[in-house]
Amino acid sequence: MVFQYAPAPESTKIVKIDSSYGLFINGKFVKSKDGSQYKTINPATEEVLSEITLAGKKDVDLAVKAARSAYQKWSKLPGSVRGKYLYRIARILQERSREFAVLETINNGKPIRESRDVDMPLVAAHFFHYAGWADKLEHAGLGPKPQSLGVAAQIIPWNFPMLMLSWKIAPALAAGNTVVLKPAETTPLTALLFAEVCQQADLPPGVVNIITGAGETGAALVNHPNIDKVAFTGSTEVGRLIASSVAGTKKKVTLELGGKAANIVFDDAALDQAVEGIVNGIFFNQGHVCCAGSRLLVQESIKDEFLDLLYERVQTLRLGDPLDKNTDVGAINSAAQLAKIQELTQSGEQEGADRWSLKCDLPEKGFWFAPTVFTNVTQAHRIAREEIFGPVLSVLTFRTPQEAIEKANNTPFGLSAGIWTEKGSRILEVANNLRAGVVWANTFNKFDPTSPFGGYKESGYGREGGRVGLAAYLKSENKK
Amino acid sequence: MSDLTVMRTHKLFIGGAFVRSESGRTFVLNSAKGTFVANVALASRKDARDAVLSARSAFEKWSGATAYNRGQVLYRVAEIMQGRKDQFVEELILMGSSKRDATKEVEQAIDQWVWYAGWSDKLAMVNGSANPVAGNFFNFSVPEPTGIVAIIPTVTPSLYALVDSVAAAIVSGNSSIVIAAKKSSLVALSLAECLATSDVPPGVVNILTGDAAEIAPWLASHSDVNAIDLSGISKKDLLIELEKAAAENLKRVLRPDKNLPQGLNRINLWLETKTVWHPRGY
Repeated sequence: MVFQYAPAPESTKIVKIDSSYGLFINGKFVKSKDGSQYKTINPATEEVLSEITLAGKKDVDLAVKAARSAYQKWSKLPGSVRGKYLYRIARILQERSREFAVLETINNGKPIRESRDVDMPLVAAHFFHYAGWADKLEHAGLGPKPQSLGVAAQIIPWNFPMLMLSWKIAPALAAGNTVVLKPAETTPLTALLFAEVCQQADLPPGVVNIITGAGETGAALVNHPNIDKVAFTGSTEVGRLIASSVAGTKKKVTLELGGKAANIVFDDAALDQAVEGIVNGIFFNQGHVCCAGSRLLVQESIKDEFLDLLYERVQTLRLGDPLDKNTDVGAINSAAQLAKIQELTQSGEQEGADRWSLKCDLPEKGFWFAPTVFTNVTQAHRIAREEIFGPVLSVLTFRTPQEAIEKANNTPFGLSAGIWTEKGSRILEVANNLRAGVVWANTFNKFDPTSPFGGYKESGYGREGGRVGLAAYLKSENKK
Repeated sequence: MSDLTVMRTHKLFIGGAFVRSESGRTFVLNSAKGTFVANVALASRKDARDAVLSARSAFEKWSGATAYNRGQVLYRVAEIMQGRKDQFVEELILMGSSKRDATKEVEQAIDQWVWYAGWSDKLAMVNGSANPVAGNFFNFSVPEPTGIVAIIPTVTPSLYALVDSVAAAIVSGNSSIVIAAKKSSLVALSLAECLATSDVPPGVVNILTGDAAEIAPWLASHSDVNAIDLSGISKKDLLIELEKAAAENLKRVLRPDKNLPQGLNRINLWLETKTVWHPRGY
């Protein structure tokens, strides 16, 4: 007999969304000086959730001024005091974790299972980790007296709104910087709720400023003459623009950009385990993951067997209401992203790859895309080269480890990679030869505040997480 | 017997070989006093692109060499330079240094090779880490070379800056392309001769003499160059042009600065951190 799942929706009562939001500047929510309003929606239902401020240049300027003036005191506080503020924030985030998870799912479309069990625990952990660094900066390996940079402009993407916020704000504050953070246009709500956490923690006004808006707001922030640091996570295309726009300035930059990770399965891999890893690698968070394992490189001798197992597993994925606790694949974050995924998958078909998609009912409203696997993919196909940022896997094959490495590295990106084999020496040798910042062996899409994350080549520069993550927010005395 | 001096031909150093510029061009190098010194090869765009090819083909072997081996090779450069110390001093004096300054600069340059040589097998220990992730995983981070670093070193002090910028890039396994300023071309060529006889594999260091304003844009915009050291660029508009070109493939960039990063921080500019996860279990 087949067991059917009854709907198991998470209650939304824990969340209160205001009908409109201002900007969080200098510790208070304020109205925009020269911006406009836009609507933020639930991508699973297209329901309007709230009116959000599209911050203008004057707003950006006010936020930078607030951060600059708060910097004078914040940077001179003993590290132990800054650390205590961060510990407070970490605790409040734990206390309000479910509320954040539900709000994240409503505004982002990701399954509650992920926002609740992955995103939010990692968010709190990140604040805890960097809280402890604040009074130990001289041990960060950057020299005896590392100094903060000043005001950090931080721009984050929509795929992990709170997690990316924590990756940006926690190390910046621990190191003694103040920040102006701009959440993504489509996912502002949890960042605005985080402003409330800052208030509850009694964080000094101006240390964290949150301004909402779209690309123009971000550009105004990056180009503001009075910032010292730009930290950006998002597309390689925008990363290039940022790297170009800071030319000739003294602004420091770290960029965490796109990827086209190879997930390499050798013929001796534990196949069931590898299938789980491949599925997790590309369908976690609807594939809206910069380090997603979007290229499966499977050894030719086991291709058919492995793909059968893969299709069988993908058929058990449940797509639908992100708030349902049994949902595996939630909503695509926006109409624009859905259009991009559709365009790229069409190119896959046109260029001659074979498409297989999960047969499932797609909800009538909202943005949805069924998990999809392409076979007969060549390295020249766009679906093997471009970041799709959706639940679409491209399958390629290889015969020898050397060929696997060559194909895996045959991309301008270099963010992550996966290796599946039971042979330890092979893991180490392949990991050694992959030009990627994070290599998962017999696992995938694992994150931790102590584990550095960031890419080679056009996946950006700088690392987030761990000791090396502090280097993005500190300068050292130039002593040999 | 005639005491007529045998003059040196001043060529480029690409892929371990001394070559004339593909363009056939040279420039006249005069001493600080205005006397003729040499017709020096004037590097072109094509030479720069050839240098990138040779740097890329050298990368796999050099980055794959053991740290112990790289350390010995760098130390060997110091040995060879020591033997040619007087020559370097004379060249610096010819270009305007006092004897005292020239001697000091050469000694510092030699010491710098020794100092960097010692870093080769400590980088991974000092920069790397075993990361205590919250889960049943073994997780470690190691530093790895970024790839190909294009270098425009500061002009003064010429030899020291050349050595410091090149050694900082190659000690970790990067390969490099250096644009030596015209005024630095004597010591640049002598350094190339030391490198050629000191076990540095061909292509790991390529030295082009010429005009950074002409050649640097081709390196800054080259998609197979991973990083660029702009410490010797003094003109603001050229700096902006180069940094914008470098943004095209997200090169790691060092900007000119009165206080350039030194020591480990200089080496770390051209390093990536790789983190590897593996589950634990029976």
